[in-house]
Amino acid sequence: MTFLEGQAERQGIAIGASGDTRVRSASPAAHPATVATSEETPIKMTARKLSVFYGEKQALFDVSLDIPDRQIMAFIGPSGCGKSTFLRSLNRMNDTIAGCTMTGEVMVDGINIYDRVVDVVELRRRIGMVFQKPNPFPKSIYDNVAYGPRIHGLASSKEELDEIVQTCLARTGLLDEVSTRLHEPGTSLSGGQQQRLCIARAIAVSPDIILMDEPCSALDPIATARVEELMQELQKNYTIVIVTHNMQQAARVSQRTAFFHLGTLVEWGMTEQIFTSPVDDRTQGYITGRYG
Amino acid sequence: MSSEHIVKSYDEELNHLNEAILKMGGLAEAQLADAIEAIAVRDPELASETMRGDVKIDALEAAVDHQAVRLLALRQPMAKDLRTIIAALKISAAIERIGDYAANVAKRAIVLSEARPVRPVHAIPRMGRLVQRMIKDVLDAYTEGDAVKAKAVWLKDADVDDLYNSLFREVLTYMMEDPRNITACTHLLFIAKNIERIGDHATNMAELVYYMVVGTPLLETRPKGDDASYTMVEPPGRTDGKGNAD
Repeated sequence: MTFLEGQAERQGIAIGASGDTRVRSASPAAHPATVATSEETPIKMTARKLSVFYGEKQALFDVSLDIPDRQIMAFIGPSGCGKSTFLRSLNRMNDTIAGCTMTGEVMVDGINIYDRVVDVVELRRRIGMVFQKPNPFPKSIYDNVAYGPRIHGLASSKEELDEIVQTCLARTGLLDEVSTRLHEPGTSLSGGQQQRLCIARAIAVSPDIILMDEPCSALDPIATARVEELMQELQKNYTIVIVTHNMQQAARVSQRTAFFHLGTLVEWGMTEQIFTSPVDDRTQGYITGRYG
Repeated sequence: MSSEHIVKSYDEELNHLNEAILKMGGLAEAQLADAIEAIAVRDPELASETMRGDVKIDALEAAVDHQAVRLLALRQPMAKDLRTIIAALKISAAIERIGDYAANVAKRAIVLSEARPVRPVHAIPRMGRLVQRMIKDVLDAYTEGDAVKAKAVWLKDADVDDLYNSLFREVLTYMMEDPRNITACTHLLFIAKNIERIGDHATNMAELVYYMVVGTPLLETRPKGDDASYTMVEPPGRTDGKGNAD
């Protein structure tokens, strides 16, 4: 990418920050990687030859993958297969790990997110993350959701902020459950409610993409079903990438599935195809519970 | 890839399912053989015994259904396991139908043994052997997970159709020759039709085995030879419908 292009990209992101995050997706055509897919679905993110190293140790080998726009993509694979490493490289969370280096590129709407001019804070606003264990801030329910919009200056008045908080809580199905106790601590909620609060917090800053790292592994089946239902709902407006050990969950919620093994991307495609007739023996072995 | 599940009991349950299918298939094959033997040797005793044998196949089908539903509910099978279980469910239904047809052939064997012999009966054992062979081969393909063998069975059905067509014409001719042949010949037609239908079910099983092994359906168009539905045989000495004498 030339310096000038970098500048233009930078402005694109700045436009996104002013509230209209869709502006970027209007001009991805110049980047072949964003249009080259076998299906008709537009592509939101593209990884090309992505390798990640923790010090000397290589954790991810030449992963190239397209993530479709406003769909749910699931990453599955045994522990240590690199799926979380890959997920974290999609919003540069790996930057925070000492000794972690990478090669290759990750494009979002045609912009290389590892480009020097990319503002990481802004990037992470556009690409939110939800973690395995619900981690609400030690603040009130209201402030948990209001925190992001406040620091990003997304609301110009108290009323506007109230509306954002209400909308986000409503979208995650929490509003009815917590409307009378918005000023109680977020940590006073049940595990499932806390996770939905974290999702409300993630969507409060109007991201394009939500990354979820095992969002339901600490939840009971009912709370899990609520989060899954929420994901299906959110998918209309957001691109969602989920890492899960629960293959039934991947099968239930996602349209695309990618299988990782020993740091490589073994196979990816339509979820139905992966779970009914996978091509690779390693995928077959993993999803049917046989020795790999 | 090892073919064994980490959870051993899962393998055991899948094996039980396979064993039940093979047992069903073996029974159906024997039922058909006995029914045809009963026709060939005009043995009403053997025919009655064969008819009674069908309940065993029905019982096994219920057992397969139960096991398949249990596996689906408790194991949430994926990929090859899922295809195996779905195939087992459908194959067991096909075998159950084969059993029904064999029982019906046996039932008609009783009547045939009481009617006066008609010559086209001789074609039945040949057709029966062909179809029996298809059942055996498709069960082997199932056991061995052999898609090539399954496809070979699938292609064999055209031969059965050919035999059925020629038998159909022959039987019509016999009925025209002598009305006293009509009872036996009509039963014979139904017998031939039943055996032809058994061939169709073996073909369906072959498609299921192919899907189970390969993961995609067998999409090619199968050569179809059954044109008995369009067959017309004019009796000798009649007009051809346009006013022309024969």
